Amino acid sequence: MAFLVPCPDCGNREAAEFSYGGESNRRPAPGAAAAELARYLFFRRNVAGTQVEWWYHRDGCQRWFLARRDTRSNLIEETYWPEQRAAHRA
Amino acid sequence: MTVLNPLRYFQPWTMWHHQPLRSSYDAVIIGGGVHGLATAYELAKRGMRRVAVLERSYIGSGASGRNTTIIRANYRTPEGVAFYKESLRLYERLSQELDYNLLFSQQGHLTLAHTDRAVNVMVERAAVNRLLGVDSRVIDPREIHELCPELDLSAHPAYPIQAALYHPPGAVIRHDAVVWGYARAAARLGVEIHPATEVTGILADRGRVTGVRTTAGDVSAPVVVAAVAGWSSEVGRMAGVELPILTHVLQAFVTEPLKPFLHVILVSATLHIYVSQTDRGEVLIGAEIEPYTTYSQHSTIGFLEQSAHHTLELLPILAPVKVLRAWAGLCDITPDYSPIMGKTEVDGFFVDCGWGTYGFKAAPVSGVCMAELITTGKTPSLIEPFKLSRFWERRLVSELAAAAVSH
Ligand SMILES: Cc1cc2nc3c(=O)[nH]c(=O)nc-3n(C[C@H](O)[C@H](O)[C@H](O)COP(=O)(O)OP(=O)(O)OC[C@H]3O[C@@H](n4cnc5c(N)ncnc54)[C@H](O)[C@@H]3O)c2cc1C
Ligand SMILES: [Zn+2]
Repeated sequence: MAFLVPCPDCGNREAAEFSYGGESNRRPAPGAAAAELARYLFFRRNVAGTQVEWWYHRDGCQRWFLARRDTRSNLIEETYWPEQRAAHRA
Repeated sequence: MTVLNPLRYFQPWTMWHHQPLRSSYDAVIIGGGVHGLATAYELAKRGMRRVAVLERSYIGSGASGRNTTIIRANYRTPEGVAFYKESLRLYERLSQELDYNLLFSQQGHLTLAHTDRAVNVMVERAAVNRLLGVDSRVIDPREIHELCPELDLSAHPAYPIQAALYHPPGAVIRHDAVVWGYARAAARLGVEIHPATEVTGILADRGRVTGVRTTAGDVSAPVVVAAVAGWSSEVGRMAGVELPILTHVLQAFVTEPLKPFLHVILVSATLHIYVSQTDRGEVLIGAEIEPYTTYSQHSTIGFLEQSAHHTLELLPILAPVKVLRAWAGLCDITPDYSPIMGKTEVDGFFVDCGWGTYGFKAAPVSGVCMAELITTGKTPSLIEPFKLSRFWERRLVSELAAAAVSH
């Protein structure tokens, strides 16, 4: 189903205007073990439910932001800038 | 004289029987797609009799009943070519094996090249293919025209066709028939098929699988196989097994039926589409996966518009033809576009997944290899390169160039 992405800058726009950046995951520290690097590179939670993920407004303001989306319905519950992350992690 | 009851022929009949779920089996297969059913059939053929296939919905309700049925062996890596070549060979005689008409049609497969770079990749693929005994060669526009006169080979399109990779044994088949054929053949050997039975948990004790939790109660089994394609991450998580999989949606559509005119399968990576004509005369058109991950199986208008537009660049004669219906299915995409088959960290819990957009063609060989692994404990050499551990050891088998648009 085609869906709308609410860009924090430009408001609701069609998903086709954006590039998808994948689920948000934590980057390993320098010198991390090989297994941790492999997990970071290849393994994903890929949850059937709500996940926090990256989007880039390619055909608009050209900024990266985070979105909380239900992958079963493609409904985006909220979007925010990376700086606001701490407030949304709770 | 015995009089045959004519009504007999109009009574509903079933190809397999429904029975209550037992409390234990020798092996439980999660997922009633073509992979789960082929594995169950091959296990039964090797003498394992207490096998159950547990399917959340109806059999074939996943990608197995939604795909565009392309079967081919012209992959890029030696590992991939050897594996798909064996599957193609098994498909060539699967109708006899299952005693079921699968409408198998080996019409040939053409991958079109619109750029110098694409021509180079094809020359390499043809060389790898031929070294491994797969019929595959690069042909020029004259020969392309002979195979498909309707194709626009002029200089008018934005990306004129320069050459094509021709794979004569490339085929299409009736997908539902493959699902039903495997189900019936497995049931004849005693396999139980349980639709509307969802697995909600995987039971394990000290690193060893002991059974599954289902919506119809707990079942114990020393062997559990996950063959759930797009839902693999969720089912893997039930056993605590992490997988390098992303679930994407892939769409397709058909036009109203036309007289047979298209006698090859056409693929264009540059235009992101592929086209074939079904036995019913419908022109079947597919594309690439949508760029975002999702578990929603809805089709989009953007896909229809773009694919229709690109199809007309190849086949302008389709301009007045109407779209009949569109659909979508889930695909379990891996980082290297190769499958994941075999053992996991949990003893007795096996995975057969990572089938992405290309797994339908692999069902027969996967069933054989998974059953061999389960009954002998040894990983067959054909699937050795596709072990889950390759991602931890960084030994990927990249099929991106041969599998992103061609499925
Ligand atoms: C539009 C489209 C076109 C394609 N074209 C091609 C092609 O041309 N050639 C090709 O080779 N491949 C193609 N594919 C890919 C191919 O269809 C799949 O790789 C293949 O069908 C996977 O089969 P499977 O049996 O592993 O999975 P599926 O057929 O998806 O079956 C998995 C089953 O598991 C069930 N399930 C999930 N979770 C649970 C649970 N918890 N408990 C019980 N059951 C569960 C689901 O209901 C489903 O029926 C295409 C796919 C799509 C969507
Ligand atoms: Zn914006």
